Order: sequence, then C-alpha cells, then structure tokens
Amino acid sequence: MILRRFLTVLAAIAVLALPAPGQETPPPDPRAATGGGQTLEDILARQQGLKVDDSFRRDALGDPDAAAAPSDQLGTLGGVSDPELWRALRYGAADLTVSTRMPGSEVVIQDGGMRWLAFREGPLLHYGSYLLLAMIAILVLFYIVRGKIRIEGEHTGETITRFNAVERFGHWLMAGSFIVLALTGLAMIFGRVALIPLFGKEAYAPVAAAGKWAHNNFAWAFMIGLALVIVVWIGHNIPNRHDLKWLAVGGGLFSKGVHPPARKFNAGQKIVFWAVVVLGLSISLSGLSLLFPFELPMFAKTFAILNGTGLPQALGFGELPTVLGPHQEMQLAQAWHGIVAFLFMAIIIAHIYLGTVGMEGAFDAVGTGEVDVQWAREHHALWYEEVTGKAPGHSSAEPAE
Amino acid sequence: MKVMAFAFLSAIAIAVIADLALDHAGFSARDVTSGPAVRLD
Repeated sequence: MILRRFLTVLAAIAVLALPAPGQETPPPDPRAATGGGQTLEDILARQQGLKVDDSFRRDALGDPDAAAAPSDQLGTLGGVSDPELWRALRYGAADLTVSTRMPGSEVVIQDGGMRWLAFREGPLLHYGSYLLLAMIAILVLFYIVRGKIRIEGEHTGETITRFNAVERFGHWLMAGSFIVLALTGLAMIFGRVALIPLFGKEAYAPVAAAGKWAHNNFAWAFMIGLALVIVVWIGHNIPNRHDLKWLAVGGGLFSKGVHPPARKFNAGQKIVFWAVVVLGLSISLSGLSLLFPFELPMFAKTFAILNGTGLPQALGFGELPTVLGPHQEMQLAQAWHGIVAFLFMAIIIAHIYLGTVGMEGAFDAVGTGEVDVQWAREHHALWYEEVTGKAPGHSSAEPAE
Repeated sequence: MKVMAFAFLSAIAIAVIADLALDHAGFSARDVTSGPAVRLD
C-alpha cells in the first residue's frame, strides 16, 4: 500500500517535471552566472567590435518607487544604489539639474569621448604628421632634382600688373590668417605629445591660451579672406581645354624649356584654388561648429544626405548614424576639422614652395603685384596676350603660344 | 608689399574686433556656460 502510494507520487512528480506538449523550455539566462552583469562573451564581443545588447545594464537603473519608507531601516538610501546612479549618469537617464546653460551640459558621462580621444591622439596625429613630412620630403627632393624654376628668357626689365590691390589683399588676408591658424592648430594638437615634454607645462600653458585665442579669432579673418578670394578669382578658375594640355606636360615643371600656354591661372593653380575653396569652406563650417559649441550641429544632417546618395553603403560603411548626441556632433566636428586641416596644410606647403623658393618671379605676383614681362610670356602666355594684345613671341625652346 | 602688410594688420584688427564683438553680443565662454545663479559682473 505504502509502496503503491509512493509510486503514484513519484509518477505525478515525473509527469509534472515533463514539459507540456507545445510548451518550450525558457532559455537559460546567459547572465545568471554573473548575477545579471556582463559576461565574458560580452567583453569578447566588444573587443571584436561587435554590437553588444547592453539593455541588461542600460535599463538596470534602480527603482525609487520600490524604496523603503524613510522611517524604515535603510529607508533614506532610496531605491537606487550607487552603481545604478552612475549607470544612469552614463546612459544619460539620470534626472539632473546643472548650473550651466550650455546645451548638452546635462550629459556628464559620454564614453564616445574615449574613441574621439584615441583617434585624435592616434591616427589623426600620426597620419597627419606623416602627410606633412612626406610633402616636405617630396619638395626637398624636387628642389634637389629640378632646382629653382628660373625665367629662361632675358629679363626685360619691363613689368606687367599680375594682381591688383584687391586680389592681393584677399590673398594675404587669407594667407596670413591661415599661417596663424595652422601654427596655433599644430601647437594645440601637438601640445601634449611634443611641446609639453620639450618646454614643460608652465611654459606651454600661456602659449596654449594665447594660441586658442588666436585660433578662435583669426578664423574670422580667414573666412573673410576666403570669401574675397572666391569672389575675385572664381571666374578665372573655370577649367578649360588649355588645362588638359598643361596637365599633359606636367605644366613644364619637370623639364626645362617647356611652357604650356595658360590664361590667368594654369591648371596647377586651378587645382590649388579649388582645393582651397572646398577645404576652406569645409574647415570653416566645422570651425563654426566648434566656435559655437553645440549650437551648430551638422553631422547628423550631413550623414542623412550622404545616406540618401547611397555612397556610404557602396563604400562599405553601411548606413551612417543620423541621430547623434550633442557631444558626438562636437567630436565629429573636431575630428573632421583636424583631417581637413592636415590636407589643407600639405597643399599650402607645396603652394608656398612654388610661390617662393621654387619659382623665380612667382612671389612678385602677390608681393608687388608686378611681374616681369618675360615671366608672363613664359608662364601665362595666353593671359599676357589677352592683357597686352601682343603675341608672347619669346625665344625659349618651346613657344608659349 | 604695402598691401601684404595692410592685409596682415587687417587680420589682426579683424581678430580683435571679432573677439570684442562676440563678447559684447553675449557669446563669451563665461556668458554661454554659466547658469543664472552665477554673477558675472
């Protein structure tokens, strides 16, 4: 009897223990072993750059409603533990009151900042340095091989006005402020890695403060100069068929006696002009975004436009994010500002070389505005003809047309 | 070369004027970042 009862109970337990038909066993909690915290799999996935579902901690922010009454034991501690409070701060979910008025000031922890810092101190600094050093090395090599490009015909002693006062003013307003911006920008980005180890923090601090002031305020002179240069020179920089001829012989830069015809600007100068326009406008926009923090976010909108073209997807970047936090916008603006700045500086180093030590008579064009007639005949024969109504007719090996 | 010198001086003048004008217009860092509880004067 007892044995029968025992077997019946045992059978009932066995039946209850079996899953009902059609009922699935709930999957085991993957975070049971860590008490709901992140697992080794989470860490490994993050290290591989995989997206990890972090809702297990993003949403674990405590429950103030479940707090014990203040009169109870530990009641005054509330329903949120310290880790839960910090987690809420990190995910921007804490109910904060801040004393600053700046937009985005309620974001007190933003771990994307570490990725920005790693980029700024890593690839941006390293590849930017390599780019500038490579450009300088190429120019030194070019100078050794080619030497200074001299006027090949006889100097006439007669000059022709190459650029009027307004053109030269625009050029030097932009150029002068660009030099200030480039030097102060480099001083800021290389401060921690190069200048502080060399001169010490006490010496660097006033340089950094003055450099930041100069960088912020000379930017306006640069933008005005850029606008002026675009207005006065854009009409002369529309590509034409002569540019192809100029490019086909490398502008005569690599061989003596070759002077492809050019109007006011040759193809090389047009490339520099358009590079200055595109990079100048781009760096101005990102600079404005940095000058007025959090007021001019533009990357989310830009990414949306780019996604619409399908270009990022075609290049393997996938859909670019179109919802960005205020700090992400600032970090992208600074990163882009730095990338464009290094490209810009590399191009301008080449431009400065050709305008000074690289080519005889080139500096006069923007210095006094007057160039030797022979220089004009050799380098800008079509422009010389347009201005004077005379055929260039110089005596170099290749006619300049 | 006078134009070049004038342009450089203009760049300095624009920088100083921009700084003063933006400060005056309430765009200084202290104006933008301090809350109403902070007395700036």
